[in-house]
Amino acid sequence: MNNSQKFTATSFTRSKETREKWVRYLMFVVTLLMALPVILLISYLVHKALPVLSLEFITDIPRNQMSAGGIWPAVLGTIYLVALSLMVAAPVGVMAGVYLNEYAKDNWFTRLINLAVINLAGVPSIVHALFGLGAFVLFAGLGESVIAASLTLAVMTMPVVITSTREALSAVPMSFREASWNMGVSRWQTIRGVVLPNSVSGILTGVILEVSRAAGETAPIMITGATASLTFRQGETVYYLLGEKFMALSYHLYYFSTQWTPPRLLLDEGTGEMLPMTQAAIEHAEAIPYGTAVVLLGVVLLFNSLSIAFRYYLRTHRKW
Amino acid sequence: MTEQNPYAIVTEDLDLWYGDFQALEKVSLNLRGGIITGLIGPSGCGKTTFLRSLNRVNERYGNVRTEGTINLLGKNIYDPDVSLIELRKSVGMVFQRPNPLPISVYENVVFGLRIHSPRSELKRSVLDEAVEQALREVILWDDLKDNLKQKATELQLEQQQKLCIARLLPLKPEIILMDEPCSALDVEATAAVEELMLTLAGKFTIVIVTHNMAQARRVSDECIFMLLGEIIEHDRTEQLFLAPKNPKTSDYIEGRYG
Repeated sequence: MNNSQKFTATSFTRSKETREKWVRYLMFVVTLLMALPVILLISYLVHKALPVLSLEFITDIPRNQMSAGGIWPAVLGTIYLVALSLMVAAPVGVMAGVYLNEYAKDNWFTRLINLAVINLAGVPSIVHALFGLGAFVLFAGLGESVIAASLTLAVMTMPVVITSTREALSAVPMSFREASWNMGVSRWQTIRGVVLPNSVSGILTGVILEVSRAAGETAPIMITGATASLTFRQGETVYYLLGEKFMALSYHLYYFSTQWTPPRLLLDEGTGEMLPMTQAAIEHAEAIPYGTAVVLLGVVLLFNSLSIAFRYYLRTHRKW
Repeated sequence: MTEQNPYAIVTEDLDLWYGDFQALEKVSLNLRGGIITGLIGPSGCGKTTFLRSLNRVNERYGNVRTEGTINLLGKNIYDPDVSLIELRKSVGMVFQRPNPLPISVYENVVFGLRIHSPRSELKRSVLDEAVEQALREVILWDDLKDNLKQKATELQLEQQQKLCIARLLPLKPEIILMDEPCSALDVEATAAVEELMLTLAGKFTIVIVTHNMAQARRVSDECIFMLLGEIIEHDRTEQLFLAPKNPKTSDYIEGRYG
């Protein structure tokens, strides 16, 4: 009593199954292709950077008119930028996001603010740079400085932090809030005790993305305080005051790959004579921008993993 | 088909695991065709899992492993020549919460038909007729015939659930699986959907999972009691409720646990 024809594919069904298979295959291939550039890019950069990559490259100051030595001042500048802009953009952005999502009523005013936030996120970074130049460097009188550049970056990243915070908050089910409200818990206590713990992953993901962006942006800092080279003495501890000009990895990379040319004569420290650069020294200098790019990637990854570790800590130790 | 098999659904030693957790254990059942079979048992006993294995939709939830055989209408559904598309066309499912698609009533009913027919057969008249026939069959036609363009998600829950049954019909299914189809509905709507089930019995083989024992008594011809992934008792409904053979069954239907 075997009903062998039952549920077998007709030619029409078979054509659908074939299409199913192809669509799946196509999407798989596209996914692979997406990963490919990342792998190629990183291996190309690392390969080109090999002559200069070493711990000293990160910790040393530039030497011989930047044709040798390390990039520590630029690394430090980027760390300053990211940390300072994060200190401003994260709290302000998250608080604004919480207000807009949890408190604000839907009226013309909040809609106007929303529109402004969304549009601000779409403004090109060079326009933010001009705004920073006008507002922080000139009007506020901060001059071309770390603080002016960091504030410019903060203004640029804030709208995205606000938007991703709002998205994370609105993914928290309404029933959680209702449960809390109906036990006489105030709005802020509900946000602090129920809403934020359940959305912190999403919020931090938005912040992480913005950190990477802040570390890599060149346009907003190049007219608000970044400089191509600063002179440091041997053995001097490198640090920046908030009002000082600074070096940064992204700008260093830009400068090195577009403006810099190897000096024709260099002071030989042993003999005190001016000598032409050797071929080996030129090749070394040419690897510096690639090394800078690898270090920039490393700094971004470092900040990302710090945020991920923080997120993990909140989840496991604070039971958020 | 040469000879009418009295059993529409036959499973033998069906085992099913979600990862390491065994959800079904040696389930061997013979379910008669053309009647309503009720599946009762406490939450987590494997009723829904069993239902979902019958059209192999379980496989799509990931990390599921099945052993044993399932024969539907005389065909082992794990045979390599079985097309999941054809299988699920013949074995429809109705869910706990009515889940009409957020499109018009009309488009909900012809959704499957549009997918499963070659474009040349999709004439307006064919579709119109299918909609009328399906909606008449679920006793919705008189209520909705003037509002076929209305968005289905705006209907009352009772109408939504009937629509979810109606959208299966144009595909001419043979088995309809219902997973607690009334638990989101109020008393009157439940009565209406139950009445509909009774009119559909005979034309289709219906398997219904329910937490409501009164409902199982009202609508099912045969009833199965499951516990922890195993079949405890399978009998005619009156028999199972009036004279259960297994003490676990009587404990459950008398409400000592559940």
